[in-house]
Amino acid sequence: MGTTPLIKLVDLEKKYISQNNAVTALSGINLDIIKGDIFGIIGMSGAGKSTLVRCINFLEKPTGGTVIIGNKDLSLLSDKELRNVRQDIGMIFQQFNLLMQRNVEDNICFPLEISGMSKSEGKNRASELLELVGLSDKIKSYPSQLSGGQKQRVAIARALATNPDILLCDEATSALDPTTTRSILGLLKDINKKLGITIIIITHEMAVVEEICNQVAIIDNGRLAETGKVEEVFSKPKTDAAKKLVYHSSNAVNEMTGKRCIRIVFDGKSSFEPVIANMVLECRAQVNILFADTRDINGQAFGQMVLQLPEDEIISDKIIHYLKSKNVNVEELVDYVG
Amino acid sequence: MLDNTTMTMLFEGTIDTLYMTFVSTIFAYIFAFPIGIALVVTKKDGLRPMGLFNKILDVTVNMGRSIPFLILLIAVIPLTKLIAGKSYGSTATIVPLVIAATPFIARLIESSLQEVDNGVIEAAQSMGASLSTIVFKVLVPEAKTSLIVGGTIAIGTILGYSAMAGVVGGGGLGDIAIQYGYYRYQKEIMLITVILLVILVQILQSIGMKIARKTDKRVI
Repeated sequence: MGTTPLIKLVDLEKKYISQNNAVTALSGINLDIIKGDIFGIIGMSGAGKSTLVRCINFLEKPTGGTVIIGNKDLSLLSDKELRNVRQDIGMIFQQFNLLMQRNVEDNICFPLEISGMSKSEGKNRASELLELVGLSDKIKSYPSQLSGGQKQRVAIARALATNPDILLCDEATSALDPTTTRSILGLLKDINKKLGITIIIITHEMAVVEEICNQVAIIDNGRLAETGKVEEVFSKPKTDAAKKLVYHSSNAVNEMTGKRCIRIVFDGKSSFEPVIANMVLECRAQVNILFADTRDINGQAFGQMVLQLPEDEIISDKIIHYLKSKNVNVEELVDYVG
Repeated sequence: MLDNTTMTMLFEGTIDTLYMTFVSTIFAYIFAFPIGIALVVTKKDGLRPMGLFNKILDVTVNMGRSIPFLILLIAVIPLTKLIAGKSYGSTATIVPLVIAATPFIARLIESSLQEVDNGVIEAAQSMGASLSTIVFKVLVPEAKTSLIVGGTIAIGTILGYSAMAGVVGGGGLGDIAIQYGYYRYQKEIMLITVILLVILVQILQSIGMKIARKTDKRVI
């Protein structure tokens, strides 16, 4: 609290103007990102999140508003100054974007060449970074000889080469399988802890944000729908866009329509108590778990469940009452269809 | 009939052909490289968009490519004389060869550079790379394989052009084919020169492709 933000997006707007029409990709984006945050920016595809992340390092020049990093207003910088600022902002991509004709070591040395570091110093730094990402044995390999996860590790090492304050991740795990995604996210979390680097993660996957972010912003239709702590936004989504993202992941269970359903949210408080089992024992009633998505985030149980209640009004009221008394966040769902 | 003089003549013809081909290719590349890079960089969605300049360059290159080589060969004789001192012989032929090959090679370079993945360029930009760094450390090295393949095509084409220059006394195997084979009806000599040209193209082609394959790090 009270910390000055490292990155400040002020009234950011990006319009693409073609011959006969203008498309607004982003408008009215105001965001503060504090140093050391792992900040998730989530939205459906086409919501404008990739444009947003490119505006942060001015790969896309915003058509309105500005970006302030530290104390520098990027819109006021010359090309050369902007290039210098970019050297302090690492970036990784969905498709890794490694130089295919350079080996791993030379790929990591590339940003160091740009910053004017000598070759031998660069090589030392490269082996240091490869150790950090756990790929020391691949130093002379070419990207084509690596798996997707390994390529992303090299890309991370490359992005960290110049000791940046900020790491931008544009759908960095979207091309990877779930296991590899976890290990890459683990690595990012690790780097954040070890180096104190501020990480901004663009994704369309809830799981990614849940796994490592502490702050989240939801982008919908080029606008900022909601922002805040991950626990808060995900347990009590306020806007439609947020609700759509938070609820969307379940499958359709149409035959349940018309019966009473509730959504309960675990926000970390009730993690060590077997709430559902106790409830069933206490109320002597069965419930049907229609949807459940709970996991461990930063050592706390977090997630949500949708329960179908018995037809008996009294018993279902009892269940709701019981859950509320246990400080569980309960919300009745009208016409839940999954 | 393949006496010593003929053998010597064919040998010298082969050397002359190779001399014209290589020197022309080198000069044409010196001129074509900046043009090819400019074509890519100044495109509408390029790194430094310059619409009008790009259009003018584009049309100029197209004009250069559409003039038939034989016409160009004769049309530039005054220039050839100015540069080489005479209008015949293998050194003089280099002048029209370079003029004809430059726009063609510029297009080859353009298409090779355009094959480079935009994502890699974006990554370089995100690192704060300048335009020249992107061109010389990303675009050109990443397009290496395609550039070498293009070079192989260019050498083959220039070798063919150099043989055509035989019509105006351009020297080399083409000259021999026309002087002896065509004008003097010595079919054997014509046949031998054609076979030699075919062999040269084959050798250059396979060397080029081998280098391209060997240096390509994208395949395991």
